[in-house]
Amino acid sequence: MFEVSGLSKHFGGVAAVDDVSFSVNEGETFSIMGPNGAGKTTVLNLISRFYDVDEGTVQFGGQDITRVRPHDIARVGIARTFQNIELFERETVLQNLLIAQYIHRQTNIFFDVLFLPRVRRQEVASRKVLEDIIDLLHLQRYREQYIHALPFGVRKLVELARALCLKPKLLLLDEPSSGLNPEETEDLSFWIEDINKELGITILMVEHDMNLIGQVSDRVLVLASGRCIALGTPTEVKDHPDVIAAYLGT
Amino acid sequence: MRFVLKTNYHRDVDLFRDKFQFCWFAVLLVFVLSLPMFTGTYVESQLTLVFLWSIAGAGLMILVGYTGLISLGHAAFLSVGAYTHAILLDLGVPPFVSIPSAMLLCSVLGVVVSIAALRMTGIYLAIATLAFAMIVEKVVKNWSSVTGGNAGFKVAPPEIFGWELNSTAYYYLCLLVLTLVMLGVSNLLRAPTGRAFIAVRDSEISAQATGINLVKTKALAFAVSAALAGLAGTLLAYQWHYLFPDSFSMITSIKLLMLVIIGGLGSMSGVIFGAIFMTLLPDGIATVREWLPDSIGNLPGLEPFSFGLILILFLIFEPRGISGRWQKIRLFFSQFPLYRNRTFRRQKSFLRTERVH
Repeated sequence: MFEVSGLSKHFGGVAAVDDVSFSVNEGETFSIMGPNGAGKTTVLNLISRFYDVDEGTVQFGGQDITRVRPHDIARVGIARTFQNIELFERETVLQNLLIAQYIHRQTNIFFDVLFLPRVRRQEVASRKVLEDIIDLLHLQRYREQYIHALPFGVRKLVELARALCLKPKLLLLDEPSSGLNPEETEDLSFWIEDINKELGITILMVEHDMNLIGQVSDRVLVLASGRCIALGTPTEVKDHPDVIAAYLGT
Repeated sequence: MRFVLKTNYHRDVDLFRDKFQFCWFAVLLVFVLSLPMFTGTYVESQLTLVFLWSIAGAGLMILVGYTGLISLGHAAFLSVGAYTHAILLDLGVPPFVSIPSAMLLCSVLGVVVSIAALRMTGIYLAIATLAFAMIVEKVVKNWSSVTGGNAGFKVAPPEIFGWELNSTAYYYLCLLVLTLVMLGVSNLLRAPTGRAFIAVRDSEISAQATGINLVKTKALAFAVSAALAGLAGTLLAYQWHYLFPDSFSMITSIKLLMLVIIGGLGSMSGVIFGAIFMTLLPDGIATVREWLPDSIGNLPGLEPFSFGLILILFLIFEPRGISGRWQKIRLFFSQFPLYRNRTFRRQKSFLRTERVH
C-alpha cells in the first residue's frame, strides 16, 4: 500500500538519507529505528513533503506522491505528528482538533463571513466527527483548555488526536514516546494498538524506545547514517549483528 | 461565578457565550445609539473617529493578531481606499459603487503585498510593507493630475439617494458599518477560514500538515485586511472632507499598529479598546501640556514621545493589551474573595512548545 524506493536526500555534502527502500503493508505497524542522526526524521519529512526528494519515489495507494504539494498530503490520506509537538498554542484543544476538519470544509470565505446556516450545520457536524476521537483518547476533560496550560503528555495526545481527526489511512508518528514517562509510554502503546486494530489505520513510526517497538510493531527498519542496515520483526532485528554494531560501535 | 453548561453543539458555535453576554452587548448598543442625544458635536465626531479607526484596526488585527503577519504599511491601504473613493465620487460614481471598488482595489494590492509575505516574517516583512507604504505615499504626492498632490483633494459630502448626511446621521452610518464589520470578522474567526489564519500564526508547519495552503491563506488574510483598511479609508475621506498625502504617513501606520498592540493582539474587543485609547490620547496629552511648565509643555516632540513611551510600557507590563487587562479585572470580580495573585503570572519555559508569546 505504501512503498518507498531508492529514497535519497542530501544536505550539502551530507547524505542524510541514502538509497532507502521499504514498503508498508496495509494494516501494519511499521517502525523505523536507529541511532541519533540516522536520518529517521528526514525520512518522515520526505514522505510528508516538507523536504524535496533528491532521488527515488514515494508511492501511496498506487499513486506517486513524490511531487505532491505539502498541504495536499493530508488530502491524500497521510497524517503526522511531530517530535517536538507543533500545536496551535493559543487555542483550546477543541479548536486544535477542529482545524483538522479544514480539508473537509464545504464552505468558502463568503459563506463564513455571513455565517450562513450551511456553515452552522458544518460546524456542528465537525464537532460530532471529533467526538469519537476525543472519546478514544479520553480528552473530554481537556476539551476547553488552552494548549499552553496543558502538561506535556497531554499535548502529545492532543497532537495524536489532531492527526486522527484528519481521518488518515496512513499515520506517521515521529518519536511518539519522547518526553513521556514509563506509564504514559505504556498507555501510548495501548492506544497505538487500538488505532491500528480498531480504526484500521496503518502506522509508520519513528521510535527510540525498544520496548514500545517490541510491543506494537510488526516490522522494524533500522537506519544508520542514512542507510538501511536491517529489516525484520523486532526480535530478528534486535539480534542482528549490524544493528548491535551500529548502536554499540565496532 | 458563572458557569456555562453546553448541552448541545449549537451553544458551542454561537456568537455569544450566553444570554448575559448578549444582554451586555445589547445594552452597549443602546448606549452608543443614544449618545448623540446628549453629547455635543465634538464628542460625536470623536466617536465617529473611534468607529473608523476600529474598522481599520479590525483589518490589521486579522493580519497581525490572528495570522501572525506584521504590517507597517497599512496607512497605504487607507490612502488607496480614501483616494480611490474620492476620485470616483468626483467622477460622479455613486458611493454604493465607489466604496466596493475602492475595497476591491485595496484587496488586490493586499494580495500583491502578500507575495512578499510568503518568504518573509517578522522584521523583514515589517520593512517590506513599510517600503510599500512609502511607494504609495510618493505616488499619491507626485501624481498630482489625479490626486491633487500636496494641494489636497476635496471629497464630496456623504449622500444617500440625494439626501445629504449631517454629522449625526454620519455617526449612525459609521456605527452601522462598524457593527457589520465586527459581526463579519467574528463570524470569519469561528469558521474554517479564520481557523486557518490562526493555524498559520501558531505553527506554519503543522498548518501545512493539516492541509492548509499557506500561500492562499496568507494572501486571503492580506486581502481581507487590506479591504477593511480600504473601507475605513473611504469613510475617513468623508469625515476629513479634504485628503492630503500627509494624512496617510508612516506615523499613521505606526499608530494603527500601536492600536492593535495596545488593544491586545488576538482579541476583537481589543480593537475597540485600542481605538478609544488612540483617539483619546491626543486630547489627554493636550490637557497634560497645560499642567506642565512651559519649557516642557511646549516641546513639539511631546506627542510622539508619549506614544512611544506608552507603547513600551504596555509591551513590558501588559503584553496582552487593554483587553488582557480587562479579562484579568473581570476574573478578579467574578472570583472575588478567591482570586489568586499569580493566576496570570508567566512561568519560565524552556521547550519551544511551552513558550507562550
